[in-house]
Amino acid sequence: MLIPTIDSIADNRRRRARRRNLVIAFLLALLAATIALTLSLGQSFTPPHDVIRVLLGQDVPGASFTVGQLRLPRAVLAVLAGLSFGLGGVAFQIMLRNPLASPDIIGISSGASAAAVFAIVVLSLNGPIVSVFAVIAGLGIALLVYGLSFRNGVAGTRLILVGIGVSAMLESFIAYILVRAPAWNLQEAMRWLTGSVNGAQLHQALPLLLALTVFGGLLLIRARDLEALRLGDDTASALGVRVARTRIMVMIAAVGMIASATAVTGPIAFVAFLSGPIAARIVGNNGSLLIPSALIGAVLVLAGDYCGQFLLSHRYPVGVVTGALGAPYLIFLIIRVNRTGGSL
Amino acid sequence: MTVHSLTAHQLSSGYGDTEILHGLDLAVPPGKITVIVGANACGKSTLLRTMSRLIAPRQGHVLLDGKSIHRTPPRELARVLGLLPQSPIAPEGIAVADLVSRGRHPHQGMFSRWTRKDDEAVAAALAATKTEDLAEKPVDELSGGQRQRVWIAMALAQQTEILLLDEPTTFLDISHQIEVLDLLTDLNHARGTTIVMVLHDLNLAARYADHLVAMVAGRLHVSGKPEDVLTQENVRQIFALESRIVTDPTSGRPIMLPIGRHRMTNGRTVISSEASASRQEPSR
Ligand SMILES: Nc1ncnc2c1ncn2[C@@H]1O[C@H](COP(=O)(O)OP(=O)(O)OP(=O)(O)O)[C@@H](O)[C@H]1O
Ligand SMILES: [Mg+2]
Repeated sequence: MLIPTIDSIADNRRRRARRRNLVIAFLLALLAATIALTLSLGQSFTPPHDVIRVLLGQDVPGASFTVGQLRLPRAVLAVLAGLSFGLGGVAFQIMLRNPLASPDIIGISSGASAAAVFAIVVLSLNGPIVSVFAVIAGLGIALLVYGLSFRNGVAGTRLILVGIGVSAMLESFIAYILVRAPAWNLQEAMRWLTGSVNGAQLHQALPLLLALTVFGGLLLIRARDLEALRLGDDTASALGVRVARTRIMVMIAAVGMIASATAVTGPIAFVAFLSGPIAARIVGNNGSLLIPSALIGAVLVLAGDYCGQFLLSHRYPVGVVTGALGAPYLIFLIIRVNRTGGSL
Repeated sequence: MTVHSLTAHQLSSGYGDTEILHGLDLAVPPGKITVIVGANACGKSTLLRTMSRLIAPRQGHVLLDGKSIHRTPPRELARVLGLLPQSPIAPEGIAVADLVSRGRHPHQGMFSRWTRKDDEAVAAALAATKTEDLAEKPVDELSGGQRQRVWIAMALAQQTEILLLDEPTTFLDISHQIEVLDLLTDLNHARGTTIVMVLHDLNLAARYADHLVAMVAGRLHVSGKPEDVLTQENVRQIFALESRIVTDPTSGRPIMLPIGRHRMTNGRTVISSEASASRQEPSR
C-alpha cells in the first residue's frame, strides 16, 4: 500500500519538474529565435552567415554597421532589460502574493526613472552613476510605499493603492523635468515615460549585466525561501524561513535589477507586470516562476521592440507596444481581484 | 528518540502598542498532548505564534531544551518544532501532494536535491491523514474539511518532534474532528510526538488532553489534568458561563454541560420538560 504511493508521489514530482524544464527549454528556444530574427531582418535582410561573422568580430562591409552597431546593441540591451524586468517583477508579485504588486505598478520603476531623468537632465551626469541614482531612488520609493501603507504588518491592497498614487506623482515629476529640460526631444521623453531601447550602445549593457548577475544571483539563491513565502508569513516562518530577512533581500535584489534596467532603457511599460502572470499561465504549479518569468520578460521586450520598429505603421518605442499589451490585462486583473481577491 | 522540552518563562508579547500576553509561564510536558482553551481573543494564537518564533517576545523567553528559540537558527528549529497556523494560505491552483511536500522545506538545503526520504515522508503524511486519493487534486477544489486534513499532512511531513496546531478541527464535521484528534493521538503514541493544540470544544479538549491549559486575558489561568481544570468554578471564570460537569461514561473524562438562559429545566429531565411544555402550550 505504502510503496506504490511513494512511487507515484516521486513520479508526479518528477513530472512537474520535467514540465517546468520543458517550458524553460521552449522559452530559451523562443528567445534565441527572436534574437536571430532581430539580428538578421530589419530594414534590410542580412544573411545568417554574415550575422555570425559580425558576432565573431570579423569585418563585413555593410553588415558590420547594421548588425554590429545598430541591431546587436539594441538586442543585447533589450534582452538584459527584459530579463531584469521579468525577474524583478515576478519576485515582487510572489513576495507580496499579488500580481498587482509589481514594481511598475507600485511606483518603483517610475521612481528609478525619475531619478535617472533628474541625474541626466538636471545634474548633467551620465554612465553608471545614473544607475546608482536610480537604484537608490527605487529602494527609497519601495520603502516609502511600504512605510505609507504599513499598518500592523499586512499591507496588501493598501500598498497597491498607495503605490499607484506615488507612481502618478513621480510620472508628473518626470514630465515636469522633461518639459523644462533645455535639450528637450520627444525620443528622450518617451524613454523616461514608457521606455525605449532607441540609440542603444553596447557599453550601456555593462552596468545592466553586472546588476543582473549580482542581484539576479541573490534572488535565485533565495528562490526556495521566496517560494515558501507563498504559503503566508506564518507558515513560511514555521518552515524555517527568515521571513523579514528574505523580504529585505528579495526587495533589494528586485529593486536593484529593475532600477538598473530602468536607468538605461526607462521603465518599459508593464513588462515587469506581465511576465510573472504569463509565466504562471504556462508553467502552472510546477515549480518556481523566476527563470521562466525572466525569459518571458526578455522575449516581450525584444519582440515588442521589433514590432514597434518594423511591424507597425509608425516607429514606436518598445514601451508603447508593451503598454498596449499590458493595459487590457491590468483592467482584467483589477476586475478579477476585485471579485475574488486572487493571487498570482 | 530524544525528548525535547519546550517551556515559556514570564513570556510577554503582542502586536504594535498592545501587549497581549502578560508574563505567562508554561511548561509543555514532553511526549504528551497539551490542549489550550480560552475565550476568543484571549491570546491563544498569540501564545502559539510566540512559542514558534513567529513573534519575538517583549519579555521572558521561550526555551527549547534550555536554549532560547529566538537564538536557534530557524531551519534547525523547524526540524524540531512545527506549527500549523490558524488560517494558512494555499497558493492558487497548487496540488495537494505539492503542498504537503512543502513541509520538507527545513530538511532540504538551498540547492540540495529531493531524496527518497522526502518522498517517503510525504507519502506517510498523506496516508496518515487519508488524503492519498486527493494527492493530485488542486487544494482550492477541496472541501473545508479535506483542506484541513491536507494542512495537517503538511505539518506531518515536516516530521517534527513537537507539533503546535492552532485549531486543527475548525471546519470539520464531528466525525472528522474525532478522526483528526485520533490521528494526532496515534502520532503521539506511535512516535512520542509532543502535541500542543488550541481547541474550542471543551469536551473534546478534556477528552484528548493529557494536560489541559486554560487562558484568560493573556495569562495562564489554570493548568493540569482535565478533571482538575474542567470544573464549574473554572468554566465560570474562563468563559463567564454557568455549567454542570458530569463524567463521560465512554472516556471517564469530564464533560461540561453549559447552562444558558433558555431551554433550562432546573434539574428535571429533558423528557419530562418536553412533556410539561406540551402540557402548558395549547396544541394547534
Ligand atoms: N496581527 C495582529 N495584529 C494586531 N493585533 C492582533 C493580531 N493578531 C491578533 N491580534 C489581537 O490580539 C488579541 C489576541 O488574539 P489571538 O489571535 O491570540 O486570540 P485567540 O485566543 O487565538 O482567539 P480565537 O479564539 O478567536 O482564535 C486579539 O485582541 C487580537 O485582536
Ligand atoms: Mg486563535
